Amino acid sequence: MPNETLIRGPVYVLEDNIDTDLLIPACYLNLVPTIPEEYRKLGSYALAGLPETFPKYACNADGTTPFPIVIGGRNFGCGSSREHAPIALGAAGCKAVVAESYARIFFRNSVATGEVFPLESEGRLCGEFKTGDLAEVNIAKNTITRLSDGKVFSLKPVGAVAPVIAAGGMFAYAREIGMISKS
Amino acid sequence: MTITEKILARESGAKLVSPGDNIWAKAGMLLTHDVCGPGTIGIFKREFGKDAKVFDREKIVILPDHYIYTEDEKAHRNVDILRAFVKEQGLPYFYDPGTVTYCGVCHVAMPELGHVRPGETIFGTDSHTCTHGALGAFSTGIGNTDAGFIMGTGKLLIKVPQTIRFVLDGAMPSYLSAKDLILHIIGDIGVDGATYCAMEFTGSAIDALSIEERCTICNMAVEAGAKNGIIAPDLKALAYVKARTAKPFEPLYSDPDAKVAAEYRYDVSTLEPVVAKPHLPDNKALARACRDVKIDQVYIGSCTGGKLEDFIMAAKIMKGRKVAVRTLLVPATRVVEQGLVDTQIDGQSLRAIFEAAGVEPIAPPSCAACLGGPVDTFGRTHGHEVVVSTTNRNFIGRMGSKDSQIYLASPYTAAASALAGHIADPRDV
Ligand code: SF4
Repeated sequence: MPNETLIRGPVYVLEDNIDTDLLIPACYLNLVPTIPEEYRKLGSYALAGLPETFPKYACNADGTTPFPIVIGGRNFGCGSSREHAPIALGAAGCKAVVAESYARIFFRNSVATGEVFPLESEGRLCGEFKTGDLAEVNIAKNTITRLSDGKVFSLKPVGAVAPVIAAGGMFAYAREIGMISKS
Repeated sequence: MTITEKILARESGAKLVSPGDNIWAKAGMLLTHDVCGPGTIGIFKREFGKDAKVFDREKIVILPDHYIYTEDEKAHRNVDILRAFVKEQGLPYFYDPGTVTYCGVCHVAMPELGHVRPGETIFGTDSHTCTHGALGAFSTGIGNTDAGFIMGTGKLLIKVPQTIRFVLDGAMPSYLSAKDLILHIIGDIGVDGATYCAMEFTGSAIDALSIEERCTICNMAVEAGAKNGIIAPDLKALAYVKARTAKPFEPLYSDPDAKVAAEYRYDVSTLEPVVAKPHLPDNKALARACRDVKIDQVYIGSCTGGKLEDFIMAAKIMKGRKVAVRTLLVPATRVVEQGLVDTQIDGQSLRAIFEAAGVEPIAPPSCAACLGGPVDTFGRTHGHEVVVSTTNRNFIGRMGSKDSQIYLASPYTAAASALAGHIADPRDV
């Protein structure tokens, strides 16, 4: 779980309806996320379904990404329930997604796994940033700042899932509240 | 309360629940398959220990279906992981590829096998788990982590969804199918039009639909972002279930005055055949308006459009005619595959009708090209193919190639297009 409250780095900008086939194409679903080597491999294929007009996301030599923040529009993560989607992002080194709205299962999987923070912007940010712009997300203050000019954009409070996010995922949360044993 | 709220209240031990409540719901059934099962098992072992036992062996169903007919080594390894787990845990409901128990696509097999019962909750590691609301269950897709959690505890923390009600009345025209109805609805409300909501389908046109056609409608609820799709179980649904399981169940029904977030009404007699153009399921257009779209391939299969009745619809159009393009048929399950032989139209089996029409050799049941998959997957696209498909998603790259274009359609429209070589309204061929 990315537990920093400040996430700083270049952003990668997408658009509306980024579906799970774009996030991780089905030909890579033979990889099992709980096997460490395959987890890393999934990271190297994060966003590999995007058309060639987009720059490669996991473009570092070691298969990780230089972009810890992904910006999207509406309905981010629509489609399949494949947990490989937030896992691929997390394994690549993404810390937070900032989108206008989320598809339910992607949001849930992000929270449950603790792989990435799924944050909701107050307005549309796709036009406010371009890929490579430096930004800083402040989880505690619910903001994202464009570092070139210091402009601050508000994020929505995380709401009911805040305790699960704060705990670091579903299992950590369930242990905290005594649902399952701590061992 | 609505039917969805009532099921969630009962399964969480509450008298009353309201939309937005976060509750711990009991899992009536947990479904997984070859793509998400190994990861789910990995999480279960990591979190509960390597000697942990599942919460209830009778409540876990494992139906490998995605990557079955492939040379991909990891795909085989993944089925082996499932086999080892089933053996270790002594799970009774495993349908092993390569044996007589193999079924095919999980969402068509689940109701066939009697694993779907009205009034119960079903959680599945597949977004189209929403299909099973067609028999009055609360059924929804989840990820591996939540599934691993259920495996150990039998419970899941979930938010009670608001309900959007769709009332469909009127007589169904002979050239229209349930697929057209749901494509109309998704086209109207958008791919995020029901995000986090329950979509409840009701009305005389829904009552008139067969169980398989109701499954087609609920199957695509997730394509509008919904948590679940649901249809109150009538006598037809109860008879269907009772014919397939001896397990007791208690159906639930919406109160007449149940509060819903919105209501949409349709007169199906006025609707026309539609397609969803690339690259989103809400990109609706009349089939007749797309006559200029030349096609390379027609695909009839999947949990949405690979059921026996889907093939009956396609056969009605293709009987005595020849297809003009490559036409691929993938029955969803073994039962459907057998149905192609046993079902006749005017004394001719469906299989014979298709073969005479010149389709490609019929593939064995699995998800096949519905989701692209490994490079050797049957029907997978590899170039700039334009495909008319009875599946549920037309995202970029969904059937394999990023350059191919997928038009979602009903079996009637897909068959008519196969004959014409371009997108065609079934009334025009
Ligand atoms: S047939 Fe397609 S949509 Fe249905 S479960 Fe298989 S891959 Fe998913």
